[in-house]
Amino acid sequence: MRHILAILLENEAGALSRIVGLFSQRAFNIESLTVAPTDDNSLSRITISTIGDDKVLEQIVKQVNKLVDVIKISELIDRKHVERELLLVKVAAVNDKARTEVKRVTDIFRGSIIDIGKQVYTIELTGNSDKLNAFIEVLSNETEIIESARSGCVGMARGDKSLRI
Amino acid sequence: MTTELFTGAEMVVKALSALKVKYIFGYPGGSVLDLYDAIFQQDEIEHILVRHEQAATHMADGYTRATGEVGVVLATSGPGATNCVTGIATAYMDSIPMVVLAGQVPTTLIGNDAFQETDIVGCTRPIIKHSFNCRDLADIPNVIAKAFYIASTGRPGPVVVELPKDLLIPQNKAPFAIETNPTIRSYNPNIKGHPKQIRKAAKAISEAKKLVVYSGGGVVIANASELLTTLVETLKAPVTNTLMGLGGISGTHDNFIGMLGMHGSLEANKAMANADVILALGVRFDDRVTNNVEKFCPNANIIHVDIDPTSISKTINAHIPVVGLVDIVMQQLLDELSAINFIPDEIALKDWWHQINTWRDVKSVSYKQVEGEKIKPQRVIEAMYRITNGEAYVASDVGQHQMFAAQYYPFDKPRQWINSGGAGTMGFGLPAAMGAKLAFPDKHVICITGDGSIQMNIQELSTCKQYNLPVVIITLNNRSLGMVRQWQDMVYDGRHASSYMESLPDFIKVAEAYGHVGIQIDTLDELEPKLKEAFSIKNQLVFVDVLVDEKEHVYPMHIRQGGIDDMWISKGVKA
Repeated sequence: MRHILAILLENEAGALSRIVGLFSQRAFNIESLTVAPTDDNSLSRITISTIGDDKVLEQIVKQVNKLVDVIKISELIDRKHVERELLLVKVAAVNDKARTEVKRVTDIFRGSIIDIGKQVYTIELTGNSDKLNAFIEVLSNETEIIESARSGCVGMARGDKSLRI
Repeated sequence: MTTELFTGAEMVVKALSALKVKYIFGYPGGSVLDLYDAIFQQDEIEHILVRHEQAATHMADGYTRATGEVGVVLATSGPGATNCVTGIATAYMDSIPMVVLAGQVPTTLIGNDAFQETDIVGCTRPIIKHSFNCRDLADIPNVIAKAFYIASTGRPGPVVVELPKDLLIPQNKAPFAIETNPTIRSYNPNIKGHPKQIRKAAKAISEAKKLVVYSGGGVVIANASELLTTLVETLKAPVTNTLMGLGGISGTHDNFIGMLGMHGSLEANKAMANADVILALGVRFDDRVTNNVEKFCPNANIIHVDIDPTSISKTINAHIPVVGLVDIVMQQLLDELSAINFIPDEIALKDWWHQINTWRDVKSVSYKQVEGEKIKPQRVIEAMYRITNGEAYVASDVGQHQMFAAQYYPFDKPRQWINSGGAGTMGFGLPAAMGAKLAFPDKHVICITGDGSIQMNIQELSTCKQYNLPVVIITLNNRSLGMVRQWQDMVYDGRHASSYMESLPDFIKVAEAYGHVGIQIDTLDELEPKLKEAFSIKNQLVFVDVLVDEKEHVYPMHIRQGGIDDMWISKGVKA
């Protein structure tokens, strides 16, 4: 089962490595991980997407919480939440047909072409992970994918709930 | 008025003084010379010079286990710091508070592969409770105060503080300010059990017909043995201790049914397997306790009390989890039991104890000594117990001798038994005994060891001479790595791959070479008189080398992959 964990921790040197080290040390899985400082510069927020059953999830949450730098951790999948991931993808756009199809598919998915090279388009798309997967699949039927980069997902609980100190 | 300025080295010493540190265990080197210079120029804190940094960590650890005070280690950068790794891991596995001050190359050189540079914070990340990279001189006092606070509260553990050389040198100074009771917003060790869980636990206990109290290292660490005894006597229940929990209740208490687990007593393991309620206090259901988790105590309602939420339901699902300091939770339980007018169910207890006594009658922890034959290792422990009236601090190495000591030396008090239970670190015994002897010079302190383990830190005989630490070393010498050999006998058809020590030194001469006394014991009739002689020698370290039967195995022993009570009670005999 997939889980998304939002972690609020001290924005200190080495804090990220403690989280990553913990996952590797205890053989927990990381599907994706994103990290950045929050509006409060003394805090970082990490979002980890992971796979595991309830028992594994319980251990992950407890073990992460036990790290001295960690202030709060919240699991998002079990509650109403929004999640988004950013995709940048560079595709071959060598002839009119390819360019037209790429533009059409991008529009359908509500992405944008943000850069054009001599024979390539670079596209930006945000959405949940499923949407990004679907877009890549459709796109790969139309043209050659040259390069892709995904941010890993970030998420938040819906409504009034918030993760802050 | 001008503010007084201090060097980083002076600040470290001042901070340690403010935290009432008496000893630092360490070894000098390039990056910490300024700190050593500052230590040299004061007399509040004594530095103990070991012969290998690993021994510094174990010595600090032994000191801590005997006293409860945080042990402090000082090592230089690079190899000095990496030599501490095993000792840090040992402390981590057994939840021992320790602060390791590790030198580092100057900040300007960090990352350059400078001479004696190792990323010690990186090296130790999986085996510490927390660590600090000190990068600002003025931060030093509060970083050290926080290190102590983190190491000693909640579930204790080792904390590493990295000190780059440029923070310690005389050229750089700053004002000294320290908050000895720091607060850390991201760290609030949960201390009290949730009242609802306490009520549930008390209810389950009061309804139990076959209750077992299973207590561990947490009770010893929390200095909660009196409370445990009160609780057990209130419940009139049988109590078993883990290897780490020995002494948590007196080993001679009527309700004590022995150690449980892989080499535990049959009655302890049977009681666990047949219990309807298990009250687990400061334990972590280690694999050396549970055997096959799928078969673990199928009928038991498990109440698990621990300060560390990660220990709860990690290997064995807890039906009633209680997160909190074990001493506080035990008091809460006693209060709740009293509030609900708890009265022990005498009829159920009678049946339960009758059942337990039938298991006791098997006398699973026993051995056969034939007069005139080689000394059985168990006999040595029993003699050691008699001669010291059961009052010695016993620091153990790792292997068969460790299990024999755990089985045959009933500890009346907590902290008497000092062993590397979680990590199983050979080489732990001697330096740990030295730490205990430093704390309690007037008590008998024994290092029980084997011919394999003792050689892993034998160089510390030199430290013992320098600081006059007259521990009694008792080596159960079976000319082999006994526990390895036992497994090879039982699991590998007797193929003794590398478990035989083919060129043992003459330990008596080794001891004498370091300026100590050596006593050789070869025969059974020499055992008691020569051991008495060893314990009668004051102010000199005595190294007793006892030749024991190399064929002896540790029993009882779990049958692999069985339930907790599936045991061999002697060679080829199942319980």
